[in-house]
Amino acid sequence: MEWEIVIGLETHAQLSTESKIFSDSSTRFGAAPNTQANEVDMALPGSLPVLNKGAVERAIQFGLAVGAHIAPRSIFARKNYFYPDLPKNYQISQFEIPVVQGGTISFFVGDQEKTVNLTRAHLEEDAGKSLHEDFTGPRGESSTGIDLNRAGTPLLEIVSEPEMRSAAEAVAYARALHGLVVWLGICDGNMQEGSFRCDANVSVRPKGQAELGTRSEIKNVNSFRFLERAILYEARRQIELIEDGGKVVQETRLYDSDRDETRSMRSKEDAHDYRYFPDPDLPPLIIAPDWIQRVRDAMPELPAARRARFETELGLSGYDAAQLTMARAGSDYFEQVAALLPEGQAKLAANWVLGELSAALNRDEIDIGESPVRPAALAALIARIIDGTISNKMARDVFTAMWTGESNGDPDAIIEARGLKQISDSVAIGAMIDEVLAANPAIIEEFRAGKQKAFNSLVGQVMKAAKGKANPQQVNDLLKEKLG
Amino acid sequence: MSSTPLHTQFDGIASLRKALQARELSARDLASSALDAAVARDDLNAFLHIDRELTLTQADAVDKQLSDGLAGALAGIPIAHKDVFVTEGWRSTAASKMLEHYTSPFDATVVARLKQAGAVSLGKLNCDEFAMGSGNENSAFGPTRNPWDPTAVPGGSSGGSAAAVAAGLIMAATGTDTGGSVRQPAALCGVSGIKPTYGTVSRFGMIAYGSSLDQAGPIARHARDLVELLDPMSGFDPRDSTSLEHCDGVPNAPGRIRADFEAALAGQQSADSQPLKGLRIGVPAEFFNGALAPDVAAAVESALQTFESLGAVRVSISLPRTELSIPTYYVIAPAEASSNLSRYDGVRYGHRAAQYRDLAEMTSRSRTEGFGAEVLRRIMVGTYVLSHGYYDAYYLQAQRVRRMIVNDFQQAFSSHCDVIMGPVTPSVAKHIGDNREDPAADWLADVYTLGVSLAGLPAMSIPCGFGAERRLPIGLQIIGNYFGEGRLLAVADRYQQATDWHQRKPEQR
Repeated sequence: MEWEIVIGLETHAQLSTESKIFSDSSTRFGAAPNTQANEVDMALPGSLPVLNKGAVERAIQFGLAVGAHIAPRSIFARKNYFYPDLPKNYQISQFEIPVVQGGTISFFVGDQEKTVNLTRAHLEEDAGKSLHEDFTGPRGESSTGIDLNRAGTPLLEIVSEPEMRSAAEAVAYARALHGLVVWLGICDGNMQEGSFRCDANVSVRPKGQAELGTRSEIKNVNSFRFLERAILYEARRQIELIEDGGKVVQETRLYDSDRDETRSMRSKEDAHDYRYFPDPDLPPLIIAPDWIQRVRDAMPELPAARRARFETELGLSGYDAAQLTMARAGSDYFEQVAALLPEGQAKLAANWVLGELSAALNRDEIDIGESPVRPAALAALIARIIDGTISNKMARDVFTAMWTGESNGDPDAIIEARGLKQISDSVAIGAMIDEVLAANPAIIEEFRAGKQKAFNSLVGQVMKAAKGKANPQQVNDLLKEKLG
Repeated sequence: MSSTPLHTQFDGIASLRKALQARELSARDLASSALDAAVARDDLNAFLHIDRELTLTQADAVDKQLSDGLAGALAGIPIAHKDVFVTEGWRSTAASKMLEHYTSPFDATVVARLKQAGAVSLGKLNCDEFAMGSGNENSAFGPTRNPWDPTAVPGGSSGGSAAAVAAGLIMAATGTDTGGSVRQPAALCGVSGIKPTYGTVSRFGMIAYGSSLDQAGPIARHARDLVELLDPMSGFDPRDSTSLEHCDGVPNAPGRIRADFEAALAGQQSADSQPLKGLRIGVPAEFFNGALAPDVAAAVESALQTFESLGAVRVSISLPRTELSIPTYYVIAPAEASSNLSRYDGVRYGHRAAQYRDLAEMTSRSRTEGFGAEVLRRIMVGTYVLSHGYYDAYYLQAQRVRRMIVNDFQQAFSSHCDVIMGPVTPSVAKHIGDNREDPAADWLADVYTLGVSLAGLPAMSIPCGFGAERRLPIGLQIIGNYFGEGRLLAVADRYQQATDWHQRKPEQR
């Protein structure tokens, strides 16, 4: 039987506010345990939450960027469950009426464009952390510690519709979402520190069946690679289970990256009854149109708008434009290169940024912001291709030299030092052609008899005589002219 | 050692302030004599925490301010706080074993504001555990006794506050009112108390019970002293998201209530012999039903006649959902409480069980041991009504009825009356232990106070007589429209100028 995998993602993006969502303590990562927790974060008697407007503004930015409805009135609710690192023993979240409703994320999977609908995005607070390992109590006994520094950190939980049909699609969606929140500056996107976390809802069904299969929710996925692997494992597990006559049960599963498998964490039966109800400490969140407008006015150009501009103004293909608007830093880099080149050369700039530069960055695991080849230098190199100083092929060697810092990364200095300058002097090229023609009368005969191969052979001989430095276009043109 | 505090020689805060500012007596002497009295009346069990040094240090600082002429409006006035307000210094226990040893690192906004105004705190007052109760019998530290009769309850949950004021141990006290917890003990102890409009006084630092209902209010001998406390207590607080920035367009800040009070008094004086001429008093038929004891009905009736003699007119009104306010309140308040009290789990502070096998057991044992029976009962009720499958039938339904109750009051105020009057309680104070076997009887007795809390309206209780069989105080409830605190207090003040119930003391009933 042919199976179809159905995936929906729930993503927690930590919002980049200085202070927590309901208190004024710092959200900075990595401080000594419990040094960034005040009376609200510790849920001391008498403490009350006060909403951080910065978190709301980031949610509005996100909503605008994905074309969602920004709810004029949304509600904070309490999600009640007991856990020692949840200090109030309830989490303040949005339940029935979230701040961001609907919206879409578009991305490419290979060269296929895909649009995924979002269900919602809502604001909530993070919990603290339980320290189980290597933690000892005051008398040295093995114990569990609680660090509340993370408690109350603002999160935007972004929920997609179950519209992804492969692990690759899910990863492409997650990357696009990651690119967007980092682009907007509402999340630092650091997956190691947990700033961007994905839970995947995975189910399988026979291809062609309309009804969804029973899903499991996979938690604890902290990289795109693990997301892909976890989904692949889980889909395979479910298919095998069904094919063996078993039944998928609705449950939460934990991905173990060391063993590359998912394990049952809790089933639907022992799921909590969260007893959601509107938080009486927080009035409804009212967002007036002028607030939305102020946020909109202060927003950077959105990836979708920039992508459209790259297509219409710079003539890039949809695919290139999408690739160049995945991340803000890369996109800005490309724009700087393109701006330094003559009009109509954006495609060449795109090829270089997406090709040679991206490959080098990936190989050396460097962020584009840290690239040793800066936009101006890359533009100078591309300019030398455009003006015929070097061929595209030679330019790749020059780029490699620039990458390693040769001649201070100055392309002209490298071309000069390596003697790579292309011969574009038609008198000199003409003289070389004359020599080749004089030495190869037989090949000329073949050409005259109609053999195209003979022409290519002559070009090759000229290029060889020029040690590869003759301008290929000029060689072609002059040779045709001389052969009449 | 005298057990008659110096402040009892003064008829109110204004005259005491005058004496303090004239340096006729010191804040230290006042505080010291009040502390002596509080200790001497240990039998009342009104105080939970007293710290002589802490109080005298405060008094000394105030004396210095008084000498420097920098003192606030309440400089040197001896007060005390219900133990649901957190305080630096004194323990903050909410009368619960759960918080028996808890000290807060910060002051509640109400505490800080009264401190700022110069009031000297004698300590913390007994109450029902987490403010749940109406007889002060649910305190983990023993019941408070009614100064009028040691076998009677003082009411609750602010029972310690009302008892301490009635016994003359302090000039005034803070209380909190979720379903009547200021008005009811004030009534049963023969003192005056006001619950202001929800949102006018900050809840920051008030140990939460039912967040959408909890509101702080003062208890004192009479309306004028209530103005002295309520005015500086109130005002917008950025640390409480339900605190209001404006009250009908006027900034919610100290000064608002006093200005309204004085304006209302000035308006009255222009009509001398009938100072309340034009005041329409709505009397809800539902407040005079079968549950109301005849002596309470008679005292309230007599008070209404006094108001008529002052020029007011009586208008019959209907608050058709008065009885429904009981189930509505006892769904919403426990629902919120079940969640509010979740934080007491023995992990970070508070009682932790000595023995447990795992985390879940640590939490459940700590809570079972730390909470009293009524608190556990309300947590159970609240958990139930919020549970999957019951939420719509109970919690949502209660919210719908709550909106109807709000509308009922608005209907009355918009077309019939300026204030509403009626009883506070169906009867005078019960004996301690009367309702021990029947907790629901206490709940039913809240019938006249719950609707106001559900609607978030301001309301007060003032003494208006005594019971027939048992000579215990009876209170008159005066309910106003939103932000009408100043006007309510002026109406009460006019009554207190014409009567002397508020001047009666337990030894001279």
